[in-house]
Amino acid sequence: MDFSLSSEQQQLKDSTDKFAIRGYGFSRHQTTLSRPGHLDPSIWAQMADFGWLALPLPEAAGGLGGSGVDFSLVAESLGAGMVLEPFIAGLLLPGKLIAFAGSDVQQQATLPSLAQGDLHLAVAWAEHNTVQDPSHCETVAERNIDGWLLKGRKLCVLNAPNAQQLLVSARTSGETQEEHGISLFMVSTKAHGISLQSYPVMGGGVGANVVLDHVQLPTDALLGRVDEGFSALDAALDYATAAACAQALGAMGQLLDRTVNYLRVRKQFGVAIGSFQALQHRAAEMFIEVEQSRSMVLMAAVRVDSPDTRVRRSSVSAAKAYLCKSAKFVAQQAVQLHGGIGVTEELDVGHYFRQLTAFGTLYGDRGWHLDRYALLSEVD
Amino acid sequence: MNLDFSPEDQSFRDEIRTWMLTNVPPPRGPSLGIPTDQDTQFAWERKLGQKGWLAYQWPAEHGGPGWTATQRYIFDTERALAGAPASSPFGLMMLGPVLMAYGTPKQQGRYLPKIAAGEEFWCQGYSEPGSGSDLASLKTQALRDGEHYVVNGQKIWTTQAHWADFMFCLVRTNPEVPKQQGISFLLIDMKSPGIEVRPITTIDGHHHLNEVFLTNVRVPTENLVGDEGQGWTIAKYLLSHERTGLAGVADSHREIQLLQSAVDSEAALAGNALVRRRIAELRVDLVALEYTNLRTLDRAARGQQPGAESSGLKIKGTELQQAISEAQMEFGGLAALPWLAPLDDCHPTFQGATQRYNFLRASTIYGGSNEIQKNVLAKMIGLG
Repeated sequence: MDFSLSSEQQQLKDSTDKFAIRGYGFSRHQTTLSRPGHLDPSIWAQMADFGWLALPLPEAAGGLGGSGVDFSLVAESLGAGMVLEPFIAGLLLPGKLIAFAGSDVQQQATLPSLAQGDLHLAVAWAEHNTVQDPSHCETVAERNIDGWLLKGRKLCVLNAPNAQQLLVSARTSGETQEEHGISLFMVSTKAHGISLQSYPVMGGGVGANVVLDHVQLPTDALLGRVDEGFSALDAALDYATAAACAQALGAMGQLLDRTVNYLRVRKQFGVAIGSFQALQHRAAEMFIEVEQSRSMVLMAAVRVDSPDTRVRRSSVSAAKAYLCKSAKFVAQQAVQLHGGIGVTEELDVGHYFRQLTAFGTLYGDRGWHLDRYALLSEVD
Repeated sequence: MNLDFSPEDQSFRDEIRTWMLTNVPPPRGPSLGIPTDQDTQFAWERKLGQKGWLAYQWPAEHGGPGWTATQRYIFDTERALAGAPASSPFGLMMLGPVLMAYGTPKQQGRYLPKIAAGEEFWCQGYSEPGSGSDLASLKTQALRDGEHYVVNGQKIWTTQAHWADFMFCLVRTNPEVPKQQGISFLLIDMKSPGIEVRPITTIDGHHHLNEVFLTNVRVPTENLVGDEGQGWTIAKYLLSHERTGLAGVADSHREIQLLQSAVDSEAALAGNALVRRRIAELRVDLVALEYTNLRTLDRAARGQQPGAESSGLKIKGTELQQAISEAQMEFGGLAALPWLAPLDDCHPTFQGATQRYNFLRASTIYGGSNEIQKNVLAKMIGLG
């Protein structure tokens, strides 16, 4: 057993920290928030140049074949530096999905340009009437003479307003909540019959609710094999979830540092408020939760690569369930301990708070992951 | 980064598991917080001692098996999952490391082999009636008289003092200097004239704790560990070892298994979504604790002494132990209420649940209360 980073991983972490925490930070975050799509093309190009966009993608298709630990290090730095560019929703999730589901031809047609930052994608999987369960799919694709006819609607498709193509899950057979019978399709956001209602998402980034009203797709829009899209979607979402946990950890660590610093400099009653035990204990609890969360992030980063599906799923769900609670705790304590300034738009603390609040809901909430974990862990 | 056991570690685990299966005495019931009787506890510890596994955390040079951190972790997990009691920590986890770091070769040679063999049993003379969280204010006095110290005072909350052959004890050897500097670390034979042990019954209905009265107890000066006045430094060293052990990962794992099997035995509970989710919450908290503990062990294996982060393990570990016992008791419902009265028709986990729940209220108090641990952590992160 060994928890240490390799020297390459340490170098990667140093460079992503330098880029995100020292180079990007709150001021760049605010500038980028005023841009369309919350995305600065020059930053995205820079991330591509550094090789970070290629990192999670397979070597055979222009990627670097990095491990879960590798991209978790990147995600943690991006979370700490409040980087808005869509590393998870626009790169990791669609990239892994194509890598798991796509044919060689489909991979070669998309992944190299994804790695270079030229292609923008989004994955449309979540729907109304469900608790973010990827097997719950009411959107349908019917086979016809020209290919496939897509009907349905998708909820909160992250990064969709920036995307040229959506990867859409749709039912080609089976009942609404069956894992079998889900297929994946590549759909142009300009296709006839598709409409996007776009919006900024709390905490940064953009999303859209997508209506698919009789969208006619050619036969080769099918990604991989018919009816067998679920396992790839489930795996890709586990990767995205593990990375989201790492990103949240980055934000939590920054909030802890900022809060401890504030407690040391803010004076009331003639002394630093950090001399009061009631506040010291809250800060100590924040420290504990950051450390416990770091353990979970490391565990999930390693286990997400496990060839054993049960290990991968239960590890990621344990981590997400834990961090949903601990991230909320750390964010709430940080705001409380900053007092009035903590609830203002002016200070970065409130922005981290919103980022972590959104994290609690995205990629499955605590309840969903606890139930998924329970099903996987009862026999041990 | 690699979180998997090596093939060598896996075969090590198989060896331990097989040995436990044939050697753990029945009943392999709930272990956490349930007092085993003295004979069972001593017999089990001696059995481990004969195998060379009692002092499993000790290095080979001091009579331990010289296992790696991973092997020690595997051993403790297998021990707990087999339903075996945890060994008493006082000699093994507390005094042992202290003697290795601060004891003379003569002291090491006299005491360590007997601890490792399970032949001598220790208790810890720390708290006093007026010195709980403010341990450094302790008043028990040791005055030099030739080749002896004469000790007078009172210790309290002394776990298993009624079983112990010896007590390691914090005493005040110099009342003139600031309180931390006047403390020394003494080893006291419990058979010495002038020692009286009185029982304290706790809210689980059992006798684990005692008051120890010391009246003109003569202790040879060769029983001083370290230098006179070094007691507080030694005490802090010891406490950081104690707190790492208090995380209790292996036993919490066992208790959750027992909870699950008790729930599975009752159809109404087994099918309940809220029960299932609450067990999942406990399991997830255990995973976080386990990996935090493993990270600490990993750092220890690289030569870093456990420091303030062990306070976090103590807090989260004891909170989890309490939460598990609470779930055991609440899911047991009426089956948890018969008091110290074993019944045939209720699951044993539910039957013992109220005792465990009551006993474990002490867990967030002993070993430095959880509030004291937060003070320690706050100081470490730069506050106070």
